[in-house]
Amino acid sequence: MLTVLTALDLARMQFAFTMAFHIVFPAFSIGLASYLAVLEGLWLWNKNSVYRDLFNFWKKIFAVAFGMGVVSGIVMSYQFGTNWSVFSDKAGPVIGPLMGYEVLTAFFLEAGFLGVMLFGEKRVGAGLHYLATCMVAAGTLISATWILAVNSWMQTPAGYSINSKGQFVPEDWMAIIFNPSFPYRFVHMVLAAYLTTAFVVGGIGAWHLLKNNRSPGARKMFSMAMWMAVIVAPLQIAAGDIHGLNTLEYQPAKIAAMEGDYESERGSPLILFGIPDDQAEITRYQIAIPRLSALILTHTLDGEVKGLKSFPKEQRPSAQVIFYTFRLMVGIGFAMLSVGLWSLWRRWQGVALYQDRWLHRAALIMTPSGFVAVLAGWITTEVGRQPYTVYGLLTTAQSISPVAAPAVGASLLAFIIVYFFVYAAGIFYLLRLFKKLPDFVNPDMENSPMMAAGTMPGPAMAAGE
Amino acid sequence: MTFDLPFIWAGLIAFAVLAYVMLDGFDLGVGILFPFSKSEHDRDLMMNSVAPVWDGNETWLVLGGGGLMAVFPLAYAVVFPALYVPLMAMLLGLVLRGVAFEFRWRTKRGQFLWDWAFSGGSITAALAQGFALGALVQGIPVLGRAYSGGWWDWLTPFSAFTGLAVVVGYALLGATWLVMKTEGPLQDKALAQARVTAVATLVLLGLVSLWTPFLRPEYFGRWFTFPTLIFSAVVPLLVAACAYGLYTGLRDRLDYRPFLSSLGIFVLCFAGLGISFYPNIVPPSLSIWDAAAPDKSLRFLLVGIVVLMPLILIYTAYSYWVFRGKVNPEEGYH
Repeated sequence: MLTVLTALDLARMQFAFTMAFHIVFPAFSIGLASYLAVLEGLWLWNKNSVYRDLFNFWKKIFAVAFGMGVVSGIVMSYQFGTNWSVFSDKAGPVIGPLMGYEVLTAFFLEAGFLGVMLFGEKRVGAGLHYLATCMVAAGTLISATWILAVNSWMQTPAGYSINSKGQFVPEDWMAIIFNPSFPYRFVHMVLAAYLTTAFVVGGIGAWHLLKNNRSPGARKMFSMAMWMAVIVAPLQIAAGDIHGLNTLEYQPAKIAAMEGDYESERGSPLILFGIPDDQAEITRYQIAIPRLSALILTHTLDGEVKGLKSFPKEQRPSAQVIFYTFRLMVGIGFAMLSVGLWSLWRRWQGVALYQDRWLHRAALIMTPSGFVAVLAGWITTEVGRQPYTVYGLLTTAQSISPVAAPAVGASLLAFIIVYFFVYAAGIFYLLRLFKKLPDFVNPDMENSPMMAAGTMPGPAMAAGE
Repeated sequence: MTFDLPFIWAGLIAFAVLAYVMLDGFDLGVGILFPFSKSEHDRDLMMNSVAPVWDGNETWLVLGGGGLMAVFPLAYAVVFPALYVPLMAMLLGLVLRGVAFEFRWRTKRGQFLWDWAFSGGSITAALAQGFALGALVQGIPVLGRAYSGGWWDWLTPFSAFTGLAVVVGYALLGATWLVMKTEGPLQDKALAQARVTAVATLVLLGLVSLWTPFLRPEYFGRWFTFPTLIFSAVVPLLVAACAYGLYTGLRDRLDYRPFLSSLGIFVLCFAGLGISFYPNIVPPSLSIWDAAAPDKSLRFLLVGIVVLMPLILIYTAYSYWVFRGKVNPEEGYH
């Protein structure tokens, strides 16, 4: 195998593999840190013990997920140097300081306060402990800001010049950070992180509701998660649409590949499904809606959308990958919206939110949906950036280290073995934690012995939720 | 007034790496000593003594690595491919030991697995850092703007020796940390371990110091010609002072002095390295000015580090303060 694959292939596989395993954890911990801050804030504010118990429940899950995110993230910061040294030498002067700021403003903040948040509850007061939780939550968002500025700069470089050594030299830091795709990508990713967390929280809540639909903790987390779904999912769909228009402006080849559209034409159809073939330059078996692509992307019925054929073959990303990943992401987005609307309808009916077992089953199935959507979205945008690392300026093939294929192959193999071992265990322990819902003391129940005696929950209780 | 930005940054990167070595050194050291304590109770305490701070300690490694990319991108691009194998081993070691901090508490049946991951990962990471250090001291060949050697060049008798020295040195930091953080039988054990590793560290350090000047003529010149010859008198004298502090601290069973003295020895080793290297960042041919990023990059990040580093030091110190004193066996959220 190693003789067939070049060092470049192996380095790309290694980056994709380690990145895919890394990104699911930040995607989860960004949302979960904010959720923990909300839970602890509510507990301090209204002293409803459900919030405190939920905080302690999710805190342990956060600790596991955050630890896995940290260690897989250190790998990323070293891999730029080991596998992509030419890229690092050339782009380091621009993206390096942004990552430096990520460490200074986010990583130290998270790490410094995480210890207090996890272990310091009895050593510091409630107020300081809450401050620590908020600092951790802020750290995750600050971290996302910097790293998305870096990624966006690689997609839509701005504010730079190129010196005699072939390095990118920063000219205007504001233009570099707020490069054309950054605001869109940032909003899209943070919303994705919130949705991912909402569906994990909602799915675990639904799971416990299926076992015992009177558990106040399960009810509370399910209700909170479904509110997030119904509010954030439509926002995300809108954000994604606007992000797409931005991509059309700066990376039209990526859009053409996402659409599976090889031909440029006026009034382009929207290809709902088909099988793109990059060699033959055609999407076979397509089911298309006339003019819809033109309408979505140009907001006119006879607008022109460029097809892949209008770009030289060596500058095209692979439609055979991102045509599918894009559809997977969009499909999940609409499924999330559907679950959110379903819950809203049930909520409007009162207590049905906690009794519709099919809704709970649907939410349970959707538990990992955010992770799948995040991965599909990242594959779409990263494979869509190919064949470049810095879009239009530095190709992936030029970026690689002068390192032997066996070295990259061996380390890739080592990563696969270690990650599968570590992540299999991690997921197993997370599932075990998900299962251990504490026995909640429901303040409502304490005052209403009738319900505690085992009758169906009445409307009064539902109103209290 | 103009500043020599690459010089300032060389100092800051050196500070980040030194902070990493001092801080993660002791928590890796606790992992290295793990196999020598068999009882579950002792292992719980050992791990809990570093659990609240290890994550922050490792952040210095990211600052050192990520900072290098930002301010000395050429050094980053040359050194990392040259040290490919030790760095990959280090990363995998850090992954295994890092997850062990949580996973170990999640299982009874599989606890032995994570005990192994914690100690195995710690030893691997320390050994890999030692190999990397030795390979860097020996020098890294550069052609144009890239590493020009092979992927096994890092493996030499000297680098194997520094690998061993770092493992033993970290074990000393770990042992003296445990002296400071524990009591009773566990502290007795840590005292015994500190005595053994202290002697071993000083012997290995002496041998590495004698070996290094003969690796490259410029190192020899640095240590055996005037005026830098002065360092050859001062640095060993200070090491001797730290060694004496370590000796008395362990003899009188003091809590803090052994740990602080051990840290002092590490600071002096690091200073010795700096004396050998300067003005190169990658021996033998890449100076800090060759490797530096354009001034605009250096200046932009300098503003951030000047403003933020004091804050970082304050809240890092605060989090150590919160967890001060002996580890309480009853505490921990697990």
